[in-house]
Amino acid sequence: MAATINSEADGNIKESSMSFKKALTAVQPLSLRIVAECPVTKARACDLTLPHCTVSTPVFMPVGTQGTLKGITVDQLEVLGCQICLGNTYHLGMRPGPELIEKANGLHGFMNWKRNLLTDSGGFQMVSLVELSEVTEEGVKFKSPYDGKEILLSPEKSISIQNSLGSDIMMQLDDVVSSTVRGPRVEEAMHRSIRWLDRCIAANKHPDRQNLFAIIQGGLDAELRKACLDEMTQRDVPGFAIGGLSGGEEKDDFWRMVTLSTDHLPREKPRYLMGVGYAVDLVVCVALGCDMFDCVFPTRTARFGSALVPWGSLQVKQKQFAKDFQPIDPDCQCPTCKRHSRAYLHALFKSDTAAMHHVTIHNIAYQLTLMRSVRQSIVEGRFPEFIRTFMKRLFPSRDQYPSWAVEALASVNVTLE
Amino acid sequence: MAASRMKLELSRVVQGNARLGLLKEMGRMGQHSLDIPGCLLYTHLGTVPHLTQDTLHTLSSLPAVTQVTLSNMAEHQDVLEEFKGGFKKFAGLHDTVLYCSLHDPAAQCPTGHTTNKTVSVWGSGGRIELTVAKFMALQKAVQPDWYQSMADGETWQASASRKRVRKSVDRTLAHLDECLMVHQKSQELDGVGVFGVVEGGDILEERLRSARETAKRPVAGFCLDGFQTGAMDQVLRSQLISAVTKELPEDKPRLLQGVGRPDEVLACVEAGVDLFEGFFPFQATERGCALCFSFDITPDPESAGRADLTAADEEQRTAGETQPNRDLNCVDQTHMTSFEMNLKDKRYRDDFRPLVDGCGCYCCRNHQRAYVHHLLVTNELLAGVLLMIHNTSHYHGFFRAIRAALASDKMDLLRRRVLGNGKK
Repeated sequence: MAATINSEADGNIKESSMSFKKALTAVQPLSLRIVAECPVTKARACDLTLPHCTVSTPVFMPVGTQGTLKGITVDQLEVLGCQICLGNTYHLGMRPGPELIEKANGLHGFMNWKRNLLTDSGGFQMVSLVELSEVTEEGVKFKSPYDGKEILLSPEKSISIQNSLGSDIMMQLDDVVSSTVRGPRVEEAMHRSIRWLDRCIAANKHPDRQNLFAIIQGGLDAELRKACLDEMTQRDVPGFAIGGLSGGEEKDDFWRMVTLSTDHLPREKPRYLMGVGYAVDLVVCVALGCDMFDCVFPTRTARFGSALVPWGSLQVKQKQFAKDFQPIDPDCQCPTCKRHSRAYLHALFKSDTAAMHHVTIHNIAYQLTLMRSVRQSIVEGRFPEFIRTFMKRLFPSRDQYPSWAVEALASVNVTLE
Repeated sequence: MAASRMKLELSRVVQGNARLGLLKEMGRMGQHSLDIPGCLLYTHLGTVPHLTQDTLHTLSSLPAVTQVTLSNMAEHQDVLEEFKGGFKKFAGLHDTVLYCSLHDPAAQCPTGHTTNKTVSVWGSGGRIELTVAKFMALQKAVQPDWYQSMADGETWQASASRKRVRKSVDRTLAHLDECLMVHQKSQELDGVGVFGVVEGGDILEERLRSARETAKRPVAGFCLDGFQTGAMDQVLRSQLISAVTKELPEDKPRLLQGVGRPDEVLACVEAGVDLFEGFFPFQATERGCALCFSFDITPDPESAGRADLTAADEEQRTAGETQPNRDLNCVDQTHMTSFEMNLKDKRYRDDFRPLVDGCGCYCCRNHQRAYVHHLLVTNELLAGVLLMIHNTSHYHGFFRAIRAALASDKMDLLRRRVLGNGKK
């Protein structure tokens, strides 16, 4: 495989043709076994084996930003069946910092999580959280919100932090551009992301136990995205993420980019769609060929009392639930639904933070159960039927089905009557 | 009869006052028992703060009695009345004895709203005024196993005149008689125990009067009110409690309200108190602190239950933010005490030891000081969960130690150990 590196960079960037050879010959700590493929859509059910355990896909990965999942203990998370969750490089890199986490035996040791961890690069937070950020070829420059010092997050620095965190899957540092941005900046970011991918690959100190995923960019421009796919798939990385979506873009553009991406990603490597977590989006994007998803939505919305259910969501704090003595979802088997009613949770929100934990547990259970059912239906060859039932349950009537979802599903041969 | 079938079996009485024993046959089916001296399980509306049932049950041997308060409960009266099944079922509580008190011992409430016929509690939406009728309607909706009778205890927050103290004793007795009248006519409260409330401020005669009169009524036990931490110094508190308990029947439990600090608990056990409200672990948790005081008096000082404190730790414990153990009229209980360590302190940033060496709680088995420090610094919800588990566990261990010390005549040794005078 001919590997060329597009290197317009300055002297700071290491030459990395050697790293390609390294990546090719090293033992990769990831293997994907395709258990079933949907004959109608592009969906797959796989067993993704990572250093800490095997993950069943399609999978939803809850987000535990600062080395904790918002009030839930690691035991509770394990009992819910979570096999992989996220930690955030930017936040953990700031507090408590990579040196301390290394001393604690990595993020696994620090939070005492025995299963898999995925860390993002910190790039997204750079751009979304930090106002004074400046992107150059070197990396992203920003002022630390904690002590005002100027920091440069370069591909090397991001990988170095992630190496210290010891996550099973690391994300490359990409040049993140909002999906609502148009024009030459998108192309610039796409090309830079490829160069940064190569720098990340070179910088990875533990290719034998930490998997580096590439992130396909290109915004909403099919040609740019295709160019990015062509280039990045030439790198021998263990997995690919589809990035630059799940921002404020139109859903009509969103799904087209997702399906274009999966069309050109290798079959035998996992596809991770970043930042997607709403139920409809998950089901549709599984149909479009994605295997892995993450999103803060389910855990964040729980803290506001919003419980996710097959027919939408329930705002437990609203007055109408004060005397509703059913559980959130009578069919749900999570610890919250087995023991507590909407009325009790409604009342508890006025007295104690534990109310948030109850809903968080339920929401994580909902997401994981959804993915489990999706997987099961793929394995049993009835995924299209599952989709139809799912949509019927979620939307009161056919004319309320989001048109983008109908089109996206039609594109993979699923018609919703 | 407003006494349940509960029995108090004393195994020892030490120096005429401190009692060691067992409260048994509690609950509707008589299936629960509680060792005394003991503490209750403190909750907000049936939930131990920060904990769900899963995290709660990482604690082995929870107290058999769970406390709820009308401050949390009163605003949900209509919901409970519609539910009809009682609070335990409404909350999905584990099998427990439910005790309903008037106020939340960890929440200060404004004074000046009691009248001859009413007392007030503060819910999430503001003040709720209770007449005896409303108070009893609430008890019928909650369906506890025990409840504290309606009482006027507003003598301790500001120095109360003799006249005011006398009024509180009179009102409290009147409320008790009215509550009992309603109670005896209510089928829903059959078998439920009423605890009479002993008032009297810091005036000995009033205390004795309140105790004697309350003891004449058919109550299941006694609440000692107006002795809350900050109401008076411990010397006076001990004197008054000793005097009061001499007037009370031996076979009924004495529950002291609003006292939870370890040194005060020890002194009050020795004055004759059986039960304490278990809110102190919650207060420590809210300050980001972990209870770490030693209560281990087994011959080998290196054995379990002791905080592995370095000289620097000891220094931090006794210096700076800690308050002296004698705090006259200080109602601010948010200050760190000398019984805990402040995990927000920078020194714990890279301390990879468990909170307390040898503590078997979920937090100490699974996590380190550095991690809890990180959670506190980053304002993560898990900090409260882990600290609440540890603090509750540590506090229950303390009560086990009290009982063991009473059994083996080692209260002096325990006191010295807890107050930090016993050297390693």
